[in-house]
Amino acid sequence: MNILRYRWLYFTISLVLIAAGIGSILTYGLKLGVDFTGGSSLEITVGANTNSKTTPLDLDSLLSEISSPSATPVNSQQIQESAQKIISVGSVQAVDETGFIIKGEPITNEQKNMVISQLETDLGPIEELRFDTVGPALSKELIIKTIWSVLIAIVCITIYIWKQFKEIQYGISATLAMLHDMLMVVGLFSIIGIFWQVEVDMLFVTALLTTLTFSVHDTIVMYDRIRELKMRFPRHSFEEVLNVAVWQTFARSYNTSFTIIVMLAALVFLGGNSIRGFAIALLIGSVTGTYSSPFIAVPLLLETMKWKKKSS
Amino acid sequence: MSQLVRSFILTMILTVIAVLIALPAHIPYNFNIFNKQYTGEIGTPGFQFELFGGQYGFTPKDYRQGLDIQGGVQVVLEADMSEIEVVDRTNALDSAKEIINRRVDQFGIAEPVVRTAINGESYRIIVELPGAQNVNEALALVGRTAQLDFRLIRQTNATTSAEFINSIEDTGLSGSQLERATVQFDQTTGEPVVAIEFNEQGIELFADITTENTGQLLAIVIDDGILMAPEISVPIINGIAEIRGGFTPDQAKQLAIQLNAGALPVPITILEQRTVGAALGAESVTKSLQAGIIGLILLIVFLIAYYGMPAVLATVALFIYIALVMAIYKIIGVTLTLPAITGMFLSTSMAVDAMILIFERYKEEVRSGRSFEQALNQSFGRAWNSIKDANTATTITALVLINPFDFAFLNSGGVVRGFGITVLIGIIVGLFTGVIVIRTLMRLFLAPTEVPAREKLFGSSTTKQVQE
Repeated sequence: MNILRYRWLYFTISLVLIAAGIGSILTYGLKLGVDFTGGSSLEITVGANTNSKTTPLDLDSLLSEISSPSATPVNSQQIQESAQKIISVGSVQAVDETGFIIKGEPITNEQKNMVISQLETDLGPIEELRFDTVGPALSKELIIKTIWSVLIAIVCITIYIWKQFKEIQYGISATLAMLHDMLMVVGLFSIIGIFWQVEVDMLFVTALLTTLTFSVHDTIVMYDRIRELKMRFPRHSFEEVLNVAVWQTFARSYNTSFTIIVMLAALVFLGGNSIRGFAIALLIGSVTGTYSSPFIAVPLLLETMKWKKKSS
Repeated sequence: MSQLVRSFILTMILTVIAVLIALPAHIPYNFNIFNKQYTGEIGTPGFQFELFGGQYGFTPKDYRQGLDIQGGVQVVLEADMSEIEVVDRTNALDSAKEIINRRVDQFGIAEPVVRTAINGESYRIIVELPGAQNVNEALALVGRTAQLDFRLIRQTNATTSAEFINSIEDTGLSGSQLERATVQFDQTTGEPVVAIEFNEQGIELFADITTENTGQLLAIVIDDGILMAPEISVPIINGIAEIRGGFTPDQAKQLAIQLNAGALPVPITILEQRTVGAALGAESVTKSLQAGIIGLILLIVFLIAYYGMPAVLATVALFIYIALVMAIYKIIGVTLTLPAITGMFLSTSMAVDAMILIFERYKEEVRSGRSFEQALNQSFGRAWNSIKDANTATTITALVLINPFDFAFLNSGGVVRGFGITVLIGIIVGLFTGVIVIRTLMRLFLAPTEVPAREKLFGSSTTKQVQE
């Protein structure tokens, strides 16, 4: 079967998905974490087990717990009203029934402590899970530096592939496939963000970098086979060579990816709340990274090579 | 063959050493057999030996865990350098770091990290206090103004350091009475000295102290730590003194900065604070670990079902890989954070990939009718091309992320670098296990006795065979 015959179909599918992702980003945006926006984020559990070290066990809190507050579930509205007495609250998100994330302008540690004690007065025992405060200058710097890292990595990889496979078309196609994967991850993440509580933070950036690496890795293995077959069968057309190369590397490509997807799926379903978003991003990245090598990078290589022939 | 056995034995020895290093320093156990309770701890054995007069040894230690794993606090402090001359800024930042380091040490946290980061016009100090239980106390400690004071050390016959500390006396002279400290050079010897000048209240007190205690030591104490203890050689009435101590110009400058500040040499503000509760970290670790183990078991089951005997060998190689990687983490002190673990995870999958590449090649070569030996050689030779190219590309990415030359426009720490480092370590070890180790294992344990047997070793394959 000639897998390359349907290349425009693959391109269309990818373009539709990417367009949907970009559409979602434009309409709903990405849920950016404090790493990127600057500000404070305080994650708490309401009515947490009173035995934990961070909440001292005293008669009052015990009585208040028995008398009701933590028995009736607390909602984000209540949290917002309570915290608003101390600071200006940007938003309150519910992670699960008892977990909430309060966000707003950067606050100091003292202000945070005041918020906690206010919440405890109003709503019963609170356990502080995480508190992040990032100044606006730092978050901007972080974005710029990360973009630089990614750009430099992309340029280096393109040059490396170009040199390794002698023709720039290889480098360009691999890089486009890689960008395709990164756009997929960001776009689908935005769509998932409409339904679930997932956030773009430094962990997400790590997931993007992993996708980048993984995508290139997979593509190079396929290119390598193309190079080998081209030498062994010089009389066959480039399209035939590409097709055979794709088929021959299929088993390896999907076995490797399958092992990764199994591990990531385990992480998504069994891993903790705090890393679920991250695991989802990695999962999307590894699926699209596998898909893009035979269905994007290789067909693109064919097209760019054709284009080169025409223009020369 | 004998060379093969030798490399096998060497690999195994290396693995045993790696496992010993990689084991947690302390594994508590507690079990009950025949109504007898056994409790205690096992862990990595440490050893010490002497060779040619040098002391060598290995003390078992635990993995460095990041804040997102064991909880704790990280603060990024920004130093306001507007009042400080450009040439002195690095020095000022370093002495501020020193002071914070001392304070953090007092707090008794296992592995605090205090480092500086200079980036263009911004001078920062990053403080990480992993496992800090009382974050509020820790923050107060890091950010407060230091106490500088002068204390008398009476020459006693004390022998132990504890007694020595006991003989220190408060003088009532403190940083607030110090007017300024400057670096000067001795007119005759050219030796750098630090000149200190007291204010009105200080002059009198300093005169009294120096007159009554000539010949004794006057310690300069910052945050209860003795910075230095110069001897009072003559009574000083005018409140202007010189401290000599065979300083280099840099040392003198640093001392002057520390004295001037009386506290932190520069005003600092908290730019960023991250606090992770121990509960959250523990949750993510336990669950990720469970998920990882389940995933790993599924992976091994899948590989063995698909590739048969070679996959069993791959599993062995995978365990060797994990032992080596963990041992290296411990030796060079990689901080385990979630991104770092992801990097390890990614590189593990690439190590598995290298083996799958080889197996697929081997399958193809066997199918095309080559003998065991030929097939093995061919598959390693050909797979190596792909492995090399793919891993070089990954290495390039890892190096950009690690930013080894500390380019100011790239990340020079934290999450992204941690990820890059684990990926790089994983690639290097993966090449060793995925190529050298698996090759040795395949040669030793896969060599066929009869021809048909080795076809069976691979189990049934459902992949499509492509006609060339």
